[in-house]
Amino acid sequence: MSQNNLIVYCEFEDGKIADVSLELLTKGRQLASKLGVELQAIVIGDKLDGVEEQIFPYGVDTLYKVEDKRLYPYTSNPHAAVLINLFKEIKPQICLMGATCIGRDLGPRVSSCLHSGLTADCTSLEIGPHKDPKTGKEYTDLLYQIRPAFGGNIVATIVNPECRPQMATVREGVMKKEVYDPNHQGQVINLDAKDYVDDTDFVVEIIDRQIQKSKVNIKNSPIIVAGGYGVGSKENFDLLFDLAKTLGGEVGASRAAVDAGFIEHERQIGQTGVTVRPKLYIACGISGQIQHIAGMQDSSIIISINNDPNAPINTIADYVITGNMEDIVPKLIKYYKKNSK
Amino acid sequence: MSLNIIVLAKQVPDTRNVGKDAMKEDGTINRAALPAIFNPEDLNALEQALRLKDANPGSTVTILTMGLPRAAEVIREAMFRGADGGIVLTDRVLGGADTLATSYSLAQAVKKFGNYDIILGGRQAIDGDTAQVGPQIAEKLHLPQVTYAEEILGIEDGKIIVKRRLENGVETVKAPLPCVITVNGSAPDCRPRNAQRLMKYKRAVSTSEKAHLTDDQKAFIDARPYLNIDEWSAAYVEADPEQIGLPGSPTKVKAIENVVFTAKESLQLENNDEQIEKLIIDLIANHTIG
Repeated sequence: MSQNNLIVYCEFEDGKIADVSLELLTKGRQLASKLGVELQAIVIGDKLDGVEEQIFPYGVDTLYKVEDKRLYPYTSNPHAAVLINLFKEIKPQICLMGATCIGRDLGPRVSSCLHSGLTADCTSLEIGPHKDPKTGKEYTDLLYQIRPAFGGNIVATIVNPECRPQMATVREGVMKKEVYDPNHQGQVINLDAKDYVDDTDFVVEIIDRQIQKSKVNIKNSPIIVAGGYGVGSKENFDLLFDLAKTLGGEVGASRAAVDAGFIEHERQIGQTGVTVRPKLYIACGISGQIQHIAGMQDSSIIISINNDPNAPINTIADYVITGNMEDIVPKLIKYYKKNSK
Repeated sequence: MSLNIIVLAKQVPDTRNVGKDAMKEDGTINRAALPAIFNPEDLNALEQALRLKDANPGSTVTILTMGLPRAAEVIREAMFRGADGGIVLTDRVLGGADTLATSYSLAQAVKKFGNYDIILGGRQAIDGDTAQVGPQIAEKLHLPQVTYAEEILGIEDGKIIVKRRLENGVETVKAPLPCVITVNGSAPDCRPRNAQRLMKYKRAVSTSEKAHLTDDQKAFIDARPYLNIDEWSAAYVEADPEQIGLPGSPTKVKAIENVVFTAKESLQLENNDEQIEKLIIDLIANHTIG
């Protein structure tokens, strides 16, 4: 098995590869091409027949499949054992995972065992050189792991000069998902679970599991009406739902509105929530903390509705309406209904 | 069944309420402008520990924190709320650690402590938001882990039953003891300080704080062992110098930049019917909506 490649751990639930994994394959393809190495993927689970059809269009050269009914649903130790033991053989230079409940559970265990650096929640990944300021030693082609720090007030570029693999997690929606070539074919390597996992790794038993398909799909909504702390109450969020429904969009929220209990966490936009790029983003009562702006700044058109004419979000907005959102939102609904066909 | 519970807690700058003076002109953090607080999810973890203690008489809750000597503050705070005591792992050589070096150092301290049944901690700390240290410690100690815990449902036949809060649902798992559990912010809030405990523990001091006391005050503390907060050094926990602090950290910070967003030229609209209708018509005309 060839070494020194880039590998993406692909999450598998309900017969499907998770979106975040496909997003990472898209980014991984670019990075692997730049480095001149293979893009590899690994799927661990059960009933993996045909899973390659979901993965190869993203440009994967080699897919490792590890199938065992005990490996689904995900538990920490067995999946960690597979990666740790496989990585000792194939020595990848980079490993990417989703910054999900699974990736954030698995990544640290693997990095801890292999003594490799792991950077959580990267917002950008690039390849570049590095010179150690102390030793003067020069490195080429390191993975720049770029992430916000200190509540989003700074952005840090992290490198792992000496340890391999260089590991990073990325949240869903941060990278774009794009098919590389619908007809791309790679090789499948089936690994025998017994060679990688010990019976004693199956220590944690799942006794109940209730996973719902997410009802909220903010990430893919072309129109988002988002509310902040300034919305003031759960009841006032109903107004935002009315507007979103009228325009055919979804409701999002800032962390402050979620923390205040106005709305559920699933709808949080920003560095600790979802990253969105809609055609239209209507920010109501959102002051615009850096961590929020980072999750929506790529929206095509931004409208800010705020009592405070100096709200930071206004600087990145295309339209600013200063005033009470309780007053303005009904007008938006009224005039949309009047003017749309 | 009585349990020895370790709660990992961290004193963190309050990054959630960052004011304008939080960044210095050179782009570095002005730590002095950020109040140091008990990491919020570590308080959720403490509450779970205290509930286990309530349900299992004879159990102990010990706080383990790594940081500057002043991190003894979080141990006192935890004692006011119900913890029995704590340890500050503090040493200059531990500074500059990334999550891996931190988890190694804490794992060494846990080994030194010995005789534990459960290690609890918050899911993540708000100064880094990485959620890495818990699972990394679990791996170093060869223990199972349960992350994103929302509620400990009980202990049956030496196994702990925990409800986890995941992105799209909940999962209930059964894990053998000892194990590492990281607690989610959606778990119940920590109980407040207890007035009696506040009176009892308000004079609790760490080793370095004690050094500044008068002889009378020292004698007072010495007569009451429960007021002593231990400080452990890297050498005391037998940490390998190659695996701690900056040298033990595989990740290096290459660059730090201030976050600057490109300002746009905004169109200022009045809150009146005419301008709002015109906005809607424009958005329909350019196919943004409709």
